[in-house]
Amino acid sequence: MKKNNFLHKHQKTLAPLLSLVLIILITASVTPGFLSIRMVDGHLFGSLLDILHRATPTALVALGMAVVIGTRGIDLSVGAVIAISGAVTAVLTVNTDWPVWVVILCALGTGMLCGLWNGILVSVFNIQPIVATLILMVAGRGIAQMITEGQIVTFHSDVLDAIGNGYFLAFPIRVWIAIGMIVLTVLVMRKTALGLFIEAVGANVRASRLVGIEARLLVLSAYVFSGLCAAMSGIILAADIRGADANNAGLWLELDAILAVVLAGASLAGGRIYLLLTIVGVLIIQTLTTAILTSGLPAQYNLVVKATIILAVLLVQSPKTRQWLSDFFMKKKHAENSRTGNPDTGKGSIEP
Amino acid sequence: MINERNLPILATLLVFILLYGFGMYEYKGFRDTLVFSNLLTDNAFLIITAIGMTFVILSGGIDLSVGSMIAFIGVLMAYLITSTGMHPLFAIGIALVVGVAFGAIMGVIIAFFEIQAFIVTLAGMFLFRGLAYLINLDAVPIDHPFITGLYDIYVPLPGRGGLTFIAMAMLVLLALGILLARRTRFGMSVYALGGDSHSAALLGVPVKKTIIKIYALSGFYSAMSGVIFAIYTGSAYPLAAVGVELDAIAAVVIGGTLLTGGVGYVFGTFLGGMIQGIIQTLITFDGSLNSWWTKLAVGGLLLFFILLQKGIVVWVKKRSAA
Repeated sequence: MKKNNFLHKHQKTLAPLLSLVLIILITASVTPGFLSIRMVDGHLFGSLLDILHRATPTALVALGMAVVIGTRGIDLSVGAVIAISGAVTAVLTVNTDWPVWVVILCALGTGMLCGLWNGILVSVFNIQPIVATLILMVAGRGIAQMITEGQIVTFHSDVLDAIGNGYFLAFPIRVWIAIGMIVLTVLVMRKTALGLFIEAVGANVRASRLVGIEARLLVLSAYVFSGLCAAMSGIILAADIRGADANNAGLWLELDAILAVVLAGASLAGGRIYLLLTIVGVLIIQTLTTAILTSGLPAQYNLVVKATIILAVLLVQSPKTRQWLSDFFMKKKHAENSRTGNPDTGKGSIEP
Repeated sequence: MINERNLPILATLLVFILLYGFGMYEYKGFRDTLVFSNLLTDNAFLIITAIGMTFVILSGGIDLSVGSMIAFIGVLMAYLITSTGMHPLFAIGIALVVGVAFGAIMGVIIAFFEIQAFIVTLAGMFLFRGLAYLINLDAVPIDHPFITGLYDIYVPLPGRGGLTFIAMAMLVLLALGILLARRTRFGMSVYALGGDSHSAALLGVPVKKTIIKIYALSGFYSAMSGVIFAIYTGSAYPLAAVGVELDAIAAVVIGGTLLTGGVGYVFGTFLGGMIQGIIQTLITFDGSLNSWWTKLAVGGLLLFFILLQKGIVVWVKKRSAA
């Protein structure tokens, strides 16, 4: 009984974690050596490390997306912001002799400006988030192409190389950056009132305004934060390939990020932010991608598998499904109880 | 009579005339009917997709799967024609049925499980692109004599222009869309649903049935667009039409349809698609501008029309409050 209660209480948290473990175990049983991690020259190598390495850009974007979705919004422009910040990084590195940290600050600032633009459209002009961020999604790659003048700009910089592919304390530096950002965000969202306020705004804008929360400013800063996260991801992606590709950098990343947030159990209707579970969601997506690639299945199965999983998760999460399921189980319980005459009616855990 | 509902489409018409007039004034070649008929042919697949999207947006939803659907239908058609030796007419028929069926399935999920259209069609977008990859990874030519025959049908107009089969198919589908929206019970239900789904249900609009029909219709139009795209390019490629869903949404919005649903015209969408085509043509005529200016210009127009809509809504609210 106690165990049942535990499961019931934490089923939302456990479901993504269990799926991740399950996917890793299944992949490991199909692909030998999937779990092995080697130490070479003080660097860790292995499929699991590779997953972490590849998941960082998506994880950063998903972090911002989780906060924006928490305010009942959505940010479709993150892919375009990645392209813009990558372009700024590349062009400034090539055309100026500014120190690297200034270049990085400029790129981050550009991302925040993009976020500010989205935030103003959403919170000041009251435009629906899908539409407001659609504008930058359409125009953003044009802006990035304008910055790079239509070329793929390649650059060389030791610091940026290190950000893209370097190691620190056996782990890739970009993983450390992502971990730092995640810890910082979790601390700010959970140890200060800010997280509560943002969730309040997402749950009910009017009510939160009535209790004195500055809703507009909060929504605005959520989009700025998302822009900042996307810019970080853009710098890492540009540093990874030592170049800025305005057309392809971060293409479809917004979809993976949204998917990760939804996998984490957040409702797109806002009001709840699950930061750590979102990261688990990102890892699930990346593990799936890597698993499909390493298991010998043709790469083209990737999209079909992803789509099927999203649909399955959506259907399971849908309140309607839960209602139907619980109706079904209640009826069954009822029938059983009336047969056995047991008055202690159903508090069993219904696994979603 | 000018009322606030017609303001966005009037603005669309004005932008269309201004852009076209500017082209005629600036470039001699622009005055030929050839430019107009090329606009009709080159933007046919976008406009057809956008007509289906208009119904979805009018009802307050969104369909992100249309671009992938175009690619999937094209690849499916190519497979049926080249690998099984099927007559193109049957292949087109099967492709259209598949498109409608997938659209209807998404509609069922949206209507019965009450999941947001945005995320369901996002999954559809992944799925169709993936299915296209499963059938074929490369670009395949479709050189069946029937398809090339269709491509060559041509009705000359005065000047150097002429109507191709593709342009005529688009105009027929446009007329069909206008009739559906304005003259049928289904059309009325779509407008009612977008205005206020709760009141619509109270007034006896079959909400779930209408939602399923809307997404099936969008599936039909994007499948039709896939067929037209395959005839237009004479080939099928699983990476075709990436991002067309955004262009289609932009065409609908620039065409004056309110993104919150309930207000708009199918004909406006036609103008919206043509405006995007004109911008592209103007940039080609200029010669010194790069292609990214198209994206910037379309983004700018999108912003302008969204702010215009917002302004009108606020103005109407204030007026009705006073």
